[in-house]
Amino acid sequence: MKFDLRQNALNIVIWVLLITMPAWMNAIGGYTQLGTQVVIMGLAAMALNFLLGHTGVLSFGHAAYFGLGAYGVGMTIRYLDASTPLGLLVGVLAGAVAAALIGPLIVRRRGVYFAMVTIAFGQVFYFIAVRWNTVTGGDDGLTNWHRQNIDLGLFKINIMDSAIHFYYFALVIFALAVGLMASILHSPFGRTLIAIRENERRTRFIGINVNFHIWMSWLVSCTFMALAGALFALQNNFVDPHSLYWTQSGIFVIMCVLGGMRSFWGPLVGAAIYVVLQDYLSSLVSDYWQFFIGLVFVAVVLFFPRGVMGMLRRRAVE
Amino acid sequence: MTQLILFNVANGLIIGAFYALMAIGLSLIMSLSDVINFAHGGFLTVGAYLAYTLAPYVGFWGGLVLAPIFTAIIGLIVEKFLISRVYGRDPLYSLLLTFGLAFMFEDGSRFIWGAQSVPYQVPGWLMQPLSLNYFFLTGYRMFMVALVAIAVGGLFWIMSKTRLGLRIRAGTLDLETVSVLGVNVRILRNLNFGIGIYLAGLAGVLAAGQLGLQPTIGGSVLMPSFVAIIIGGLGSLTGTLLGGLLIGVASGMTAVFWPPASEAVIYVMMALVLLVRPQGLLGEEGRF
Repeated sequence: MKFDLRQNALNIVIWVLLITMPAWMNAIGGYTQLGTQVVIMGLAAMALNFLLGHTGVLSFGHAAYFGLGAYGVGMTIRYLDASTPLGLLVGVLAGAVAAALIGPLIVRRRGVYFAMVTIAFGQVFYFIAVRWNTVTGGDDGLTNWHRQNIDLGLFKINIMDSAIHFYYFALVIFALAVGLMASILHSPFGRTLIAIRENERRTRFIGINVNFHIWMSWLVSCTFMALAGALFALQNNFVDPHSLYWTQSGIFVIMCVLGGMRSFWGPLVGAAIYVVLQDYLSSLVSDYWQFFIGLVFVAVVLFFPRGVMGMLRRRAVE
Repeated sequence: MTQLILFNVANGLIIGAFYALMAIGLSLIMSLSDVINFAHGGFLTVGAYLAYTLAPYVGFWGGLVLAPIFTAIIGLIVEKFLISRVYGRDPLYSLLLTFGLAFMFEDGSRFIWGAQSVPYQVPGWLMQPLSLNYFFLTGYRMFMVALVAIAVGGLFWIMSKTRLGLRIRAGTLDLETVSVLGVNVRILRNLNFGIGIYLAGLAGVLAAGQLGLQPTIGGSVLMPSFVAIIIGGLGSLTGTLLGGLLIGVASGMTAVFWPPASEAVIYVMMALVLLVRPQGLLGEEGRF
C-alpha cells in the first residue's frame, strides 16, 4: 500500500502543477504559451513512450504522425470548414489511418532495423508536404488559417485570443488522452504489451500474437501522436514541414529518455526540460542551438541514461 | 525526349553511386556493431569541407586522397571515445548518441565554414563534356563513377581476400565466437567503423565537386541511404550497392515524368519491397 500512496502523491503533484501553471509560469520567467508547449510536447512524448517505453519497440519515425495530425487540422480549417473540433478529428484520423496502413509492413522488424524502417517511412510524408506546394504551402508551411472558438452551447471557449483559454483547452485534451493511455496500459492488453517488452520470446510461447500486439500498440501510439501534432498546429496557427522531418523524430525520443522511459510521467518531465532548454538556447545562441541540443543528446546517453525519473526512483529505492 | 531520359538515368546512376557509397559504410557498421550511424551524413559533410580546406595547399588530387583519410581518422577517434562506450547497451542509446553527433556535425560545419554554399574547384579538363550530343556526360561524372567502382571493388576485395575482411564478415555472423577465437573485437569494430567513415568521406569529396558545398549536404543523403539498405537487404553488400543504384535511377526517371514525386518514389519502392520481399532483394530471411 505504501508504494501505491507514493504513486498517487506523484500524480497529485503533477496535476496540481499543470492546473496552476498559468498562475506561476510568469513569476518564474516563463510565459503561458511556453506552458502550453510543454503540455503538447509532453503528450507527444508520452504517446511515443507508449511504444518505446511500455512496449519496448524502438520507433524513430514518430514525427511523421505528429506532422500528419498538424497538416490534418490545418488543411481542414483552411479548405473544408472553419471548425476546431472537426479539424482535430481529421488530424487524428489522418495519423491513425497512415499508421494502420504502414504498421503491417514494419511489425516484423525488430531493434535497430525497426528504427531504420520507421524513420525512413516518415520521410514520405515530409516530401509530400514539401513538394505538393499548391495545397500544403510547400517549404513555407501551411499558413492563412486560424484556430476557431469552440461553441459549447452554454458557453464559448475563446481559444482564438486568450492564451490562457487555449492552455486549458489543451490541458483538458491532454488529460483525456493521458487518462485513456493509462487505462489502456492497465488493461489486459496493456499488460501484454509490457510482457512483450520484458520478454518477447516467452510472450510468444504462451500463444500471444506478438506482431499483432505491436501493430496495435503502434496504432495507439501514432494516433495520440497525431492528436499532439494537431494541438501543436492549433497553437501556432501554422504548420511547418520541418515538424515531420526525421530530426524531429529523434527529438521526441530524447524527450522520453531525458525524462525516463520506464516511468509513466517521465516523458512529460523530459518534454518540459527540452522545451524550456530549447527556448533558452535559441534565444542565447540563435544560429547554433542545434549544436548544443546535440551535446545534450550525447550527455544524456553517457551520463543520464535512466533519465530524471529513473534517477529519482533509484535514489528513493536506495 | 530520349536525351532527357538518358540525361536523367545518367544523373540517377551518379546520385545512386553516392547513396551506395554511403549505404555500404552504414551497412558495414550496422552489421558488425548493431549501431545505426545517424552521424554518417555528418562525416560526409566533414569530408567534403576538409577537401575544400585542403585544396589550396595540396590541390584537388591531394584533397581527394587526404580528405577521406582524415575523415576516417576522426571516425576512429569518435568510435573509440564515444560510440564504443554504448556497445552492449540497449541499441536505443547508440542511436541517440549518433543522432546527437549528427546535430553537432551539421551545426559545427555551419559554424566553421559558414551557412552559405561555397564552390569547390575541380580541374577544368575534367569538367569538359565528352560529346556535344551528350553534354551531361562530363569527364568529372565519368571519373566519379569510376572512382566509386574502384572504391567498392577495393572494399569487396578487402572483404573477401584479406584477414581483416574475413574477420569482419565472421564477426557479423557471430561476434562472440570470433572473440573467443582470439580476435580483438574492440579493434575489429574500430577498424570496421573507420572503413565505413572512409567511404563517407570519399562520397563527401565527390559530392563537393558535383553538388557544391553546404552544411546540409550530408543530412540529405542519409535517408536515401537507409532506403538503399532496406531495399538491397541488410547484411548483403552487393544488395546495398544494387539498392543504391536502383533508387538513384528510379528517382532520376521519375524526375522526367513527374518531377514532384522524384524524392517520394524511393519510399514507395521501399514499401513495395517490404511488402513483397521483407528481407530485401538480396537479404537473408531471419537475420533481422
